[in-house]
Amino acid sequence: MSNRDQFRPEGHANDHFLLTTVVGSYPKPKWLDRAKDLWEDPDADFGDDEWAEATDDAARLITEEHERAGLDVVVDGEMRRNEMVEFFAHRIDGYEFNGPVKVWGHNYFDKPSVVSDVEYDESWLVDEYEFTASVAERPVKVPITGPYTLANWSFNEAYDDDEALAYDLADLVNEEIEKLVEAGARYIQIDEPALATTPDDHAIVGGCLERIADGIPEDVRIGLHVCYGDYSRIYPEILEFPVDEFDLELANGDYEQLDVFKDPDFTKDLALGVVDAHVAEVESVEQIEANIRKGLEVVPPERLTVSPDCGVKLLPREVAYEKMANLVTAARNVEADLDEGNIDVSAAAPADD
Amino acid sequence: MTRIATTLGLYPLPDDAKERLSDLKGHQKHDLVSGDEDPAIESTYDDVREELVGAQQDAGLDRVVEGQARWDDMLAHPLTVHENVEAGGIVRYYDNNNFYRDPVVQGDLDFSGDIAADLDAAADLTDDLQAVVPGPYSLADLATDEHYGDDEEFLAAVAEFLAGEVEAFPDAVETVFVLEPSLVTNPPGEGADERASEAIDEVARAADADVVAHSYWGALEEKVHAHLLDADVDAIGYDLVSNHDDNVYNVAEYGTKDSVALGVVDGQNTLVESPETIRERIDWFQDAVPGDFDDVYVTSNTELFYLPVNRFEEKLAALGQAVAPEVEA
Repeated sequence: MSNRDQFRPEGHANDHFLLTTVVGSYPKPKWLDRAKDLWEDPDADFGDDEWAEATDDAARLITEEHERAGLDVVVDGEMRRNEMVEFFAHRIDGYEFNGPVKVWGHNYFDKPSVVSDVEYDESWLVDEYEFTASVAERPVKVPITGPYTLANWSFNEAYDDDEALAYDLADLVNEEIEKLVEAGARYIQIDEPALATTPDDHAIVGGCLERIADGIPEDVRIGLHVCYGDYSRIYPEILEFPVDEFDLELANGDYEQLDVFKDPDFTKDLALGVVDAHVAEVESVEQIEANIRKGLEVVPPERLTVSPDCGVKLLPREVAYEKMANLVTAARNVEADLDEGNIDVSAAAPADD
Repeated sequence: MTRIATTLGLYPLPDDAKERLSDLKGHQKHDLVSGDEDPAIESTYDDVREELVGAQQDAGLDRVVEGQARWDDMLAHPLTVHENVEAGGIVRYYDNNNFYRDPVVQGDLDFSGDIAADLDAAADLTDDLQAVVPGPYSLADLATDEHYGDDEEFLAAVAEFLAGEVEAFPDAVETVFVLEPSLVTNPPGEGADERASEAIDEVARAADADVVAHSYWGALEEKVHAHLLDADVDAIGYDLVSNHDDNVYNVAEYGTKDSVALGVVDGQNTLVESPETIRERIDWFQDAVPGDFDDVYVTSNTELFYLPVNRFEEKLAALGQAVAPEVEA
């Protein structure tokens, strides 16, 4: 049995089930940004307790917003995280911060430096998961920045090369996932956007994933999110990775790269990006249905997950919500069409009986 | 032999200027430098220029660059601010987690004067001025041509444009660094290698100063290096941080100019090299290749904008200290 069935809601209306979820980040409520300014202002009467309460409130709000949109698997929108590398680097021994560096224009990031061997210190995400799970009525997914990206987007002062650093970080990610699994998590998504910059390093990412998946029970679903790159440079090699699902950004490029995944056959589950994370226009339900059907050219319905291209934190919040809601409606419509036999499923499931 | 401590120009903005400029300009694509800025933005850049020149003087560098604070698009800047160039989408800057606006060339690349204007302002602040420009091959590689219609013609147009810009530099400019990372990352093939060298030659001949053609992120292919030796430049630059062996091989096998530039400080890592390490790297190179050099430019291998400000300043100081005793000796 696939570890996907555990996420099918009880009493699901259709026979077919397309798992709907998100990649992770979500626009922060404006009041949370104001609370953060207060928390960082030494003169303000706003301490760690107040900040903890504010982030709890935001995490609850966004988790419920995801449920209201009808998603099958939810996250808290990463309300406690500032940036996908910084957040983890602050929690790992061996990192130090020296100040912001340019990404583009006047967009900066506090790129950390690895100054000694990285070591596991405090837990990174168990508190976040336990809180989200306690307020959610739906299953919760945990996105984690992958070791290759954590290595590649840091200054490396301590290791001979980024590969050695990535492997050490992979062992820490494995340790964190073990703790998350112990806390009840059943759906983990590894985010590796840096693979798009240096696709030739896919073997290193594969080596990292071997370490990450080591000893993790089969019923824990592991996905890998890769975005904004030339997928032909990493496919079909990535099919060897020990993950259940690939989460891919394809709507942004209008599915130009879809054919890459048809030859050879896509043997994993596909989490297909069906709404653009960087266009503020909300796709119509009909448009999203057409996008979902593109995914059925690659995998059968029982291996298709439906999600946005990428984290949606840069969108206006109401736009992000509308995209989620339309995504769910479209998925349910396509399920109903599948039930009625109105869709020709070209990517038939391989016979396994 | 004279060792000359210098850098490749493009610097990180001081942290307060990062905030001030992002408040004044904004965070989006259309907020970036167009060449026609508000006075408040211009005066911030004037302050930054003064601060960056001062930092180099404090560090004791022998050549002082303008700092290129206005270069939002890194090496593509001279084109993105050109009136016949449209700023296209945000695209990746080489293999880095950095992005710039794709300069889409839609008309003749006639004279702009943008770089010369910044250098004029810097000339009031230092007597040791060094200009830094993208090489024609790299600048063409970073851009999209919708006007000339042919790679060869486009490269020639970019070379002619850069030569015109360099010709307008103030007399105070003592050295011009021509940066050609694309010669390594996207090497020109048969025929194109010779044209790349001729394009650099055209830019070099326009300069009334010593010219250094510097490439980085590896070593040049042998043929590309051999062709580059034909360009009328005073020195060729080698990145000893990313690939010292192949660079030494090129020099030992094919020779080089009478002067060299050596990238011995890592522009993309916060680990700060000590002055001793820098001196060892220079000595190692000189021991490994035949002959002696007139000038050795001692520099970072890449631009320094990748670094946080504290480490950037420490690297300037290390470069200054590494060279200072030799000069006094």
